Amino acid sequence: NSFTIHSFFTFLDTTIMAVEFEGGVVIGADSRTTTGAYIANRVTDKLTPIHERIFCCRSGSAADTQAIADAVTYQLGFHSIELDEAPLVQTAASLFREMCYRYREELMAGIIVAGWDPRRGGQVYTVPVGGMMTRQPVSVGGSGSSYIYGYVDSNYRAGMSKEECLKFTAEALTLAMERDGSSGGVVRLAVISEQGVERQVILGNQLPKFSTV
Amino acid sequence: MALSNVLEPAVSGFNFENSTRNTVLENGSEEGKIKAPKPMKTGTTIAGVVYKDGVVLGADTRATSEEVVADKMCAKIHYIAPNIYCCGAGTAADTEKTTDMLSSNLTIFSMNSGRNPRVVMAVNILQDMLFRYRGMIGAHLILGGVDCTGSHLYTVGPYGSMDKVPYLAMGSGKLPAMGILEDRFKGNMDLEEAKALVSDAIHAGIMSDLGSGNNTDLCVITKEGVDYIRPHRESLYNYKRQAKYKYKPGTTPVLTKTVNQLELVHETVQMMETAGSS
Repeated sequence: NSFTIHSFFTFLDTTIMAVEFEGGVVIGADSRTTTGAYIANRVTDKLTPIHERIFCCRSGSAADTQAIADAVTYQLGFHSIELDEAPLVQTAASLFREMCYRYREELMAGIIVAGWDPRRGGQVYTVPVGGMMTRQPVSVGGSGSSYIYGYVDSNYRAGMSKEECLKFTAEALTLAMERDGSSGGVVRLAVISEQGVERQVILGNQLPKFSTV
Repeated sequence: MALSNVLEPAVSGFNFENSTRNTVLENGSEEGKIKAPKPMKTGTTIAGVVYKDGVVLGADTRATSEEVVADKMCAKIHYIAPNIYCCGAGTAADTEKTTDMLSSNLTIFSMNSGRNPRVVMAVNILQDMLFRYRGMIGAHLILGGVDCTGSHLYTVGPYGSMDKVPYLAMGSGKLPAMGILEDRFKGNMDLEEAKALVSDAIHAGIMSDLGSGNNTDLCVITKEGVDYIRPHRESLYNYKRQAKYKYKPGTTPVLTKTVNQLELVHETVQMMETAGSS
């Protein structure tokens, strides 16, 4: 795991996920921030608002992703005021990509941008380490994502409803948190749609249960 | 950016003026190599807790320079604003200077805007600065304060990451202190409970960590004001010096004495134009 070299950085070794559905997106993340082997914050909120209906899920270096998110929030807010219109999710994702690609040597940031805009509805864009940007109907990220690619690939169906997406995300994150030492705590979920943002937290003892082998 | 609050000009990059001098010193001259002095680290336990009416911050008072205790009564709870205080762990010089600069910036902001500073503003300024220096400034800080939006407790790391939490411990003694906090923290505690909890957390750090020790300082911040209790709990192991180290007058013999009378040769008076002359 290449992250273990930088054990002094505060890391969001993480599991983050976002899923598109008809009318919006569901995003989710675990809540663990580590400094080496110590959990610096066990109730972190990795779902950061960038605009009213656009969020980003942060993984990688805590300091880098917080700074990037702050910078993009400012740029997007300015853009939105100039335009006098709600910004597009693609614009937010492009701003993230610009910054992550330009400073790719200095930064360690894996970000999933998700939200709803009136033009294209719910969208998920992934901007992994290195600064690529691509749109995907479902995207996972962070160190815990490696453990759930199989689960996501086999269980995702196009056209799921909001409740099905919430259940899918919660279960995927729980499975990742069970297997990845750098992910854990609570599951934070959010639904972004035309109506706005609904946030929820699933506490540790309320997580879906899987067979303990 | 909007409101002028910055005293320091934004100089780009690091100042490498001394690096040639340092290489020459370290690689040796005719007398021999000179080893660079290690920066004094505070090896610390600091903690903070949000309670019903405000915030309680606590810290030990030991400053170590490698294995020697450099200061037994070091003050680690720094003033930022009348309603905001900051505990610092890490490199002593870095925490001192960073909190000093932050305090100056916030004072200028207060004077310019006519508002009391908010805790979140202090956090943002710290984040900007520490991120810009990419971890070179070894300051692990716990900021606590009460402003018009409520009571807040934040931690800022040396790379510029920030966390907002109801209770927190930092420093080399954070593991034992965190154990106490995780066990006994409750939301909406009253003052005595909160003070006892922070004091016990620091005490656990002092007992279980070599880099922390001596006395415990507490700082209680509420809407009404600040109670800086220094020390709150004294160490059981305060050592009384066995002998006096003062020298009697006359201990050093005077061998010769010369007196040179200085003659006043020339005197000039220059008037200066100062601003705001009546």
